Order: sequence, then structure tokens, then C-alpha cells
Amino acid sequence: MKTKTKARLKSPWVLHYDCGSCNGCDIEILAALTPKFDAERFGIVNIGDPKQADLLVVTGPANRRNHRVLKRLYDQMPDPKVVMAVGTCASTGGIFHNCPNTLGGIDKVIPVDVYVPGCAARPEQIIDGVVLALQKLSEMSEKEDD
Amino acid sequence: MNENYIVNIVLPVLLTLGAPVVGGLLMGVDRKITARMQSRVGPPLIQPFYDAIKLWNKRPVIASRLQPVLAFSYLGFSLLAFGLLMFRQDLLVIVFTTALADTCLITASLNSKSPYSYLGGRRELLSVLAYEPVLIMAFLSIYMVTGSFLVDEVLAYRMPLLIQLPAVLIALVLVLIVEMKKSPFDVSASGHAHQELVRGVYTEFSGYTMAMLELGHWVKVTLVLSIVTLFWAPNLLIGAALSLAAFFIVLVVDNSYPRLTWRSMIKTTWGVGFILILANIVGLNLMGVI
Ligand code: SF4
Repeated sequence: MKTKTKARLKSPWVLHYDCGSCNGCDIEILAALTPKFDAERFGIVNIGDPKQADLLVVTGPANRRNHRVLKRLYDQMPDPKVVMAVGTCASTGGIFHNCPNTLGGIDKVIPVDVYVPGCAARPEQIIDGVVLALQKLSEMSEKEDD
Repeated sequence: MNENYIVNIVLPVLLTLGAPVVGGLLMGVDRKITARMQSRVGPPLIQPFYDAIKLWNKRPVIASRLQPVLAFSYLGFSLLAFGLLMFRQDLLVIVFTTALADTCLITASLNSKSPYSYLGGRRELLSVLAYEPVLIMAFLSIYMVTGSFLVDEVLAYRMPLLIQLPAVLIALVLVLIVEMKKSPFDVSASGHAHQELVRGVYTEFSGYTMAMLELGHWVKVTLVLSIVTLFWAPNLLIGAALSLAAFFIVLVVDNSYPRLTWRSMIKTTWGVGFILILANIVGLNLMGVI
């Protein structure tokens, strides 16, 4: 593996966006960063700045109000980037699926690479999802050179 | 003649080029120790290098054309300041060169329309305001004791500075906290889990510009630590141990204090720093040393 790809896999910086979830999934994401699960041992840092993030983690369904913000955050992230939908809401709309103000899953607005189902998704599942996202990132990184 | 050449030119150049590597390792140690203090495992020691390489290879989003130039100057001036120290030049010139580096960073952050970047830049200006007078006062007290601002002559001074200037060293630890952007004085940029103002001064940087800022930051931290090393000049190994001890104290403080507002930052660094340094100088005067 190239140094470049290795460095990318070793330091995924996360941007977490709450698209109007019930906060159940957000708490689980924060739980993944606490000492019990310690995501930083894999180099995962919750950076909060789209211009420096590699991994967009979205919770909650896209709705008519915030889909523009979501799109813009996605556009502000430089390549290579991966998007993760955490929770049933973000994947399909979940319990909000037939609300008049929601559009459904976030894949209605931006392309999604990894879906983590569950209401709420457990920290173990979220970390599993990150591992999948990293595989995708490594494929992207290798393809970039060809 | 030949050996002089090696000691006076080759060694300082090598040390200057090695500063980013040493600084990066120190940051790795920092993250590891911080993790252990929070009973976590923590990232690998070379994590900062992974971060820097990744940032370097990421496609940048440039907010203004001046920013890459200024980011590069920030790194350049930081390296220049470190080089001046390694070439055993004037301490005052070293402070002014780091001030120039800071100016580049602040100008770069103000050079975008983002309000977060703007606020971060202003707070960075305030942190420069907080630590620089203390640093200059510390150098002034070194001058009063050794009779020179030249690092060359400070190194040749007959006894360790620490014996005569213990309180000045404590003031330098305050400077180190501000310089490393650690709690309680991390007002201008927030890293890791504590987010405020998005990323403060660093908000508008991405890709290789951010990587250069990271490198410059490592060099500057190494610079302040090297100045602490001067406090045991006769034996630089003991001096290095001293600076590592100061580094550890900064980490303990970082993990036990919440962030203060910028007002408290200036009050603390100026109040505590000035009182410590003045008390030290007055004490030496009363004892008839200077
Ligand atoms: S998936 Fe469940 S827990 Fe997560 S945001 Fe939706 S409703 Fe809340």
C-alpha cells in the first residue's frame, strides 16, 4: 500500500452533521468517541470543519429545511471523501418516513457510501461502519492514481 | 578549522531541518499521554505524521490566493526563528521572527469572509498579545543575569540559569501553554473533541495549506521547548529533561482545566507572568547578584 493511502486510512477526520434526528443516534456517535470505545486510537478525530474532514457522518432524515445545508456541507468537503448515514432515519427516513416535511433518507440529497442501520445504531455498529467506509476510501485512493 | 565548520554550520542546519520531525513526535507523545490521562489507549506515536501526509495529499479548497503564500511564510518564519536559535543568535531577533510568523497566520485567517476564521484570527492576535510581553520580559531577565541577548553567550554562562531564575522558568511554562494552544488558554483554535468557532484560526485552511500550518506549529512548540532547554545550558541533556518536564506539566494542566475566556487569559499570563519575573529580578537584586 502506498504511503498516501496508508496515511488516509490512518487518519479519518469526521464531520458530524445532525440533520434533525431525535438525538438518539448522535448520543451513540459521541459514545463511540468516549474512553470506552476510544475511536482516536484509529486516528479518528471529530474535527467539525468540512474543509478538513474526510468522513461525513449524518444522522436523521433529510427535510425540506436542511437539505440545502447538507448539500453545501458535502460540497465544501474536498476529495477524497466518504459519506456515512447513521441510523434508520438517515438511511431511509425511518419513523419520520411519511412526515410531510421530510424527504426521506439522506441519499435523496447526496450520494451515500455506507449505511449503518439501527434505531439507534450502536457504537460497535458505527465503528464497523467506519471500517467499511475506510475500505471504500482506500479503493478511491488507489483508483485516483490510475 | 574543519570541526568548527561542522559545529557552526552543518549541525545547526541539520537541527533546523530536524525540528519538524522532533515537533511531530512531541505532538504524538502529547496525544498518547493525554489519552492515557483520560484512560484511553490513544493513537500511535506517529499519528501527527499520518495526519500531515493525509492533509498534504488532500485536494485543497483555497479561500483566497494569498492564503497559501501566507501559510508558507508562517512555516518559513517559524523555521527561520528556530534556525536563528540553532545558529546561537540574538534572543530578541528570535522573538520578532516568531511574531512575524504569527502575523502571517493572523493575516491569512482574516483573509477570508468566514466569521469563524475572523474571530479565530482576532483571538490568535490576543494570544500573541498574552505571551509575547512575558517572553520578552523573560529574555530581559536572562540579559540582566548573563549580560547578553546572544544565545552563544547564554550558553557560555558559568552556571545554570535555573539556579538564578527559577520563577522565570515558571513564567515560560505559561508561555508554552499559550503557544501550544492548550487549555486553559486554547481560545484561538480548538482541536480534537472541544469544538468552538468551528476550528478558530484554522477554519479556512485545507489540504496542503493546513499541513504547512501544522508543521509550523510543531516547529514553534519545539522552539519554546528549546528555549526552556537553555535554562540548564552547561549540560544540555539536563536542559532537555527540564523542557520535557515543562511539556509534561503543560499536559497535566491541559487535562485538568477547562478553557478560560480571552480576558482571563491575558490577566493570568500578564499578572502571574510579570509578577513572577519581577519578583525574581528584585530578589536577585536584593541578594546583590545583579
Ligand atoms: S434512527 Fe432512531 S435513534 Fe436514530 S435518529 Fe432516527 S429515530 Fe432517533
